[in-house]
Amino acid sequence: MVNLALAWAETYQKSHPEVTISVTGGGTGTGIAALLNNTVDIANASRKIKDEEINTAAANGVTPQEYVVARDAIAVIVHPDNPVQQLTLEQISAIYSGKINNWAEIGGENRPIVRLSRETNSGTHVYFLEVVVRLGSKEDKTIFSADTLLLPSSEGIISEVSSNPNAIGYDGLGYITSHVKMLAVKGLNSSDYIPPSVDTVNSGTYPISRDLYVYTNGQPSGALKTYIDWMFTPEAQTIVKSLGFVPVSTGTSTP
Amino acid sequence: MNQTRNLSEKVIIRAIQASGYSSILFVIMIVFFLLSEGLPALTEVPISSLLNSRWYPIEALYGILPLFLGSIVVTLGSTFISVPFGIITAVFLSEVAPKWAREILKPLVEILAGLPSVMLGFLGILVLSPLLREFLNLPTGLTAFTGSLLLGGIAVPTIVSIAEDALGNVPQSYRQAALALGATRWQTIWGVTVPAARSGILTAIMLGVGRAMGETMTVMMVTGNAALLPTSLQALFMPIRTMTATIASEMGEVAKGSTHYHILFLIGIFLFVISLAVNITATVISRRNQTRAERILS
Repeated sequence: MVNLALAWAETYQKSHPEVTISVTGGGTGTGIAALLNNTVDIANASRKIKDEEINTAAANGVTPQEYVVARDAIAVIVHPDNPVQQLTLEQISAIYSGKINNWAEIGGENRPIVRLSRETNSGTHVYFLEVVVRLGSKEDKTIFSADTLLLPSSEGIISEVSSNPNAIGYDGLGYITSHVKMLAVKGLNSSDYIPPSVDTVNSGTYPISRDLYVYTNGQPSGALKTYIDWMFTPEAQTIVKSLGFVPVSTGTSTP
Repeated sequence: MNQTRNLSEKVIIRAIQASGYSSILFVIMIVFFLLSEGLPALTEVPISSLLNSRWYPIEALYGILPLFLGSIVVTLGSTFISVPFGIITAVFLSEVAPKWAREILKPLVEILAGLPSVMLGFLGILVLSPLLREFLNLPTGLTAFTGSLLLGGIAVPTIVSIAEDALGNVPQSYRQAALALGATRWQTIWGVTVPAARSGILTAIMLGVGRAMGETMTVMMVTGNAALLPTSLQALFMPIRTMTATIASEMGEVAKGSTHYHILFLIGIFLFVISLAVNITATVISRRNQTRAERILS
């Protein structure tokens, strides 16, 4: 999410030279903590603010105002000729942790499974690890099978999946091209297989997706408000798309 | 007039001296920096877990062994390809090829040496790896072997260029004497010219190996980067993760001063030591042969 914040700040400052925006990374926890201590104007978060954080905020006289500014979804992809159309979240987890090693075990051809992943420094890798490989469980310490190929770029994953019928990969929905096939995924407590798309992500039915938030202290005003409003303009949402995230149609805010 | 000339002379000499000494200073500074950033890793992580077989920094699994062996496998693989190919090409260029062919081929080989490695990486992903997968019936074409082939290709121009120079420096009288004694052309090349240029050829090999060892971009793109422990010859046809690729892909996002950061520098120290060893070996070999040649001449 820091990439999005940086890209936004950079673009916005070009058209609004009178505004200076400095962006610092460190993760959602860092950002929210800084907002609660009133040291920043805006905190970007890749998860919803926690109840205890809201309590701390109230104690510090801060009232976090929430905006969903973009969504992040991961599509699981295979070669277009692979007969497998859909998988459950548990099956994907079993594939990536090395418990399922042949496509025949999940209704495909008798072929070895070649697991592809983004590098460990990528936010997508960590998100996939938490939500898919560990199925969202904090206690689960399962990690990727050692023979998982770690590719440095989205292009690397798309090109290997599009040419190798053994491969399975994943990447941000925005990076997926028509050379690969996206699988429909059944969530843990869901009964349907949902194909990833902007609609299923925005409606919240696709299981491997999350909202990306921006928090401010109370109702923003002045330059801050202009910047937050700008985040929902087509210009800002195009940047969302170019970074592989899913744009939001309208801003949702809770009072 | 004379005084100003003297002054400018002095300034120029000082400038040349400064730039000469600065290279020593830079090496010392790099060594110091590597050691100060990398050695803390040894106190933060027990040696036993560095020798572990799993590399997964997110869960603080810092087994360097698969990365180290990964680099060795890829480098050895590339050496087996580049050394015979490079030396034979050099012999052809220097001893066999007609003058016009040499004049076309030598610059071409040197252009090859300047090819950006990212281009070779792309070639590897788009052409070589699908080909190898289908030909050898592998699960994936992103393997140590693919990396070895491309690294071989990267090392060949270095080896050809230096080995060809060494062969060219062999006095013409050596060849004439051999031919006059009734040796065939092949016997002359194999029995006289190549042994006479041995020290130069060994330097060429060492530099080629060093080039392959330190290469990063191509390896990162085509070897799959799975930190598997190579245990058998089969590992050549499986994905592998090298030390250089690990540093390149992880250094950008690592928190400065963290254990992970120190371990990446520790890997850097390993690489530095290996390349130092290769260079020292090359120097020692060429020195030793030089003295023998001098002895014969005297």
